[in-house]
Amino acid sequence: MKVLAMRRACTLLISASVGLAIFSMVTLAQAPAQQGAPPGRGGPPPVPLSQVTWEPWNNTGLRAIPQNVEPDGPAPRRDLTGIWDPARGGIGARGARNPAPLTEWGQKKGGTHKSGDGIRQVPADQINDPLSTMGDPGGYPRQLLFELRHVQFLHTPQSVVALFMWERRWRVIWTDSRQLPGDPDPRWYGYSVGRWDDDYTFVVNSNGTDERTWLDNAGNPHSSELRVEERWHRISEKRLELTVTLDDPRAYTRPWVALDKVQFVQIPPTTDLMEMMNAASEVQKVAEQFKEK
Amino acid sequence: MNKTTCGRLAAAVLLVLSTPLVAHHGAASFDNEKTLTMKGTVTEWLWANPHCFLKVDVKDDSGAARVWNLELGNPTDITPAGYRRTTFKAGDQVTVTITPVKSGAAVGRLRSVVLPDGQTLPRQ
Repeated sequence: MKVLAMRRACTLLISASVGLAIFSMVTLAQAPAQQGAPPGRGGPPPVPLSQVTWEPWNNTGLRAIPQNVEPDGPAPRRDLTGIWDPARGGIGARGARNPAPLTEWGQKKGGTHKSGDGIRQVPADQINDPLSTMGDPGGYPRQLLFELRHVQFLHTPQSVVALFMWERRWRVIWTDSRQLPGDPDPRWYGYSVGRWDDDYTFVVNSNGTDERTWLDNAGNPHSSELRVEERWHRISEKRLELTVTLDDPRAYTRPWVALDKVQFVQIPPTTDLMEMMNAASEVQKVAEQFKEK
Repeated sequence: MNKTTCGRLAAAVLLVLSTPLVAHHGAASFDNEKTLTMKGTVTEWLWANPHCFLKVDVKDDSGAARVWNLELGNPTDITPAGYRRTTFKAGDQVTVTITPVKSGAAVGRLRSVVLPDGQTLPRQ
C-alpha cells in the first residue's frame, strides 16, 4: 500500500515536472512579448505571418513557424525564389538527428572532436570545435545541420544561388547539366549540382567537402567521400521543406536522413537581416571568457 | 523507489526538458541546479558571436571584488528579448541572476538582468 502511494506520488511529481518544464519552455519562448520588449524584428509566436512587423534593418526572423501564413497560394512551378525563414527550427545545437552507426574510421575521427554540445560535449574550456574556437568556416554540410537560419534563393539561367544568413555564405548550385567532379579538390563548401525531380522538388547533390570541417555541432565526423542529397520541396507559395540525406561509406555504416522535412516560410523580399557570423577575433575573445578565473 | 530517488528523477526530467532552449554550446560547464543573484557594476559588454558576454564587477560581503563573466545567447537570438549593442555601458549598476559554472570560477550563464532603470530582461 505504502509502495503504491509512493509510486502515485512519484508519478504526480514527474507529471508536474514535465508540465512545469513545458510551461517554462513556452514562457521562455513568449518572454519578449510578456516582458514588453520591442515588438517586431520577427515578433513572438503565434502571430499570423501577415501580422508580423518587420523593421527596415537588422531583422532576426521568426521565433516559430506561424500556423497562419495566409494569404497563401499554390506553389509556382520550378521556382524557389524568395527569402525562407526556418524560424529557429534549424539551429541543431545538439547535432544531426539519429546519425547512422560510425565505421571504425568514423569512430577514430569523431573521437578527436570535443564539442560544445551533443554527444561529445565537454566543458567549455576544452572545446576544440574549429568553428567556435578558431573562426574556421563551418563548411558543408554543417551549413545545413547547424545554425540553418534564413536562406534566400536566386535563379539564374545556369544555376540556383543560395544565400545563407549564418556566416553570410553563398552556394552556387549548378543547373546546367554538368556532372559533379569525379576527383574533386576538397572545398569548405563542396561542389553542388541541382535538378528538378518534379515541378515542386529541387534536388541538390554535392560532394568534395573538406574533411577538416565537422558534420554538425555534436562533432560528428565526415570524410571526403561524403555525398549529400538535399530535397527542397515547395509545398505552397509560402511554405517550403528540406530533407537532407547523407551517404559517407568511410565514416558511416549506411546512408541516413540528417534533416527530415524541416519547415520554412517565405518572408517579405524586402527583409533586411541581422549579420550573424563568427569573426575569428570575436570567437577567440568569447572562448577566453570561459578560461578566466 | 524512495523519495530521494523520486525527487532526483523528477529533477532530471525537468533538466532534460528545460535544457534545449538554452544549451547552445558549453552546457557541460554549468551547474544547472544552482542559481545566484548578485548586484554589481558592468565593466564590459561583449556583443559578439557565437555568444555575448556581460562582465560584472561584484563585491562580496568582505568588500572583495570579483569580475564575473556572464554568457548570453548570440545577438540574433537575444535581440527579440530586448538586448541591443547599446544595452549596457561600463559603470551601469545591475542585478544579475545566473547559473554558475561547476568549477567555481567566476563564470556563469545569465538568466535575467535588472537594468539601472528597473527593467528586467530575460536571457533570450
